[in-house]
Amino acid sequence: MSIIDPSKGKGETLNPENWGKDYADYLFRYALVRLRDRQGAEDVVQETFLAALKGKDQFKGLSSERTWLVGILKHKMMDYFRKPSRELPVSGLITSEDPPEEFFDLNGKWQVKPSSWGDSPMDALEKKEFWKTFEACMSVLPGRLAQIFALREFEGLKNEEICNLFNVSTTNLNVMLFRSRMRLARCLETNWFGKKAKGE
Amino acid sequence: MLSCKEAAALVSESLDRKLPLGQRIALRMHLLFCRFCRRFSRQVLFLRGTADRVRGEKEGEEPPVSDSLSAEAKEKIEQALKTHSESKSKP
Repeated sequence: MSIIDPSKGKGETLNPENWGKDYADYLFRYALVRLRDRQGAEDVVQETFLAALKGKDQFKGLSSERTWLVGILKHKMMDYFRKPSRELPVSGLITSEDPPEEFFDLNGKWQVKPSSWGDSPMDALEKKEFWKTFEACMSVLPGRLAQIFALREFEGLKNEEICNLFNVSTTNLNVMLFRSRMRLARCLETNWFGKKAKGE
Repeated sequence: MLSCKEAAALVSESLDRKLPLGQRIALRMHLLFCRFCRRFSRQVLFLRGTADRVRGEKEGEEPPVSDSLSAEAKEKIEQALKTHSESKSKP
């Protein structure tokens, strides 16, 4: 391995002519998981490449080409969320007045009791099929819940940042995160851990 | 005593912020006696683990998602890259 001396500006170089071939799919998947909108994800990837072309003199070769592009993509994704035209109608918002009642009875007891996921659920992460199930469970989440879950968990945004982005209250956000986690857990339980237990 | 619904909501919240002491104690008490909420608590930690994996996407490792760009969109992107790099290189 050769040593990169940042002061000499050597190291990684950019090859825009190969970007489409090398990174388009990768960046698209990265964006799709988070935006849950195919058209939006395509647009964001295109905008990323164009911005990268424009700013290619700012590339110092300190990170890989891909990491650099992902950095730009993240900015473009935030712009996507900020666009007022992206706002879902109010009816699409889940509010704190809309508690996850289907999971609990009126006394706040579990309606559908969580079952055991076995001794080593983490083993699932090594399996390709698990990620297909995970992806499918993400895709049945209501759009806004999926976006919020992705921003919190995949992007690691802080709650306040998400509240500002979507203009929702902390209480509201807590409810939405709770609902998304609850739904994902139930979905994985039914479609992965439950099936495995039955030996399917 | 917290209801399961309240306890589960606090379990979720505890992933996003440090709960005040009173709530932390109340939640611990509840979890001590309620195995369903204990399970839920393990399950949300599992979800955090999946997210770490997605976020961690190491160099050379594909994100665990199988979807790819449509050929049409790829064409569009290639085209846009071409036009822009050409127009740039012209004096």
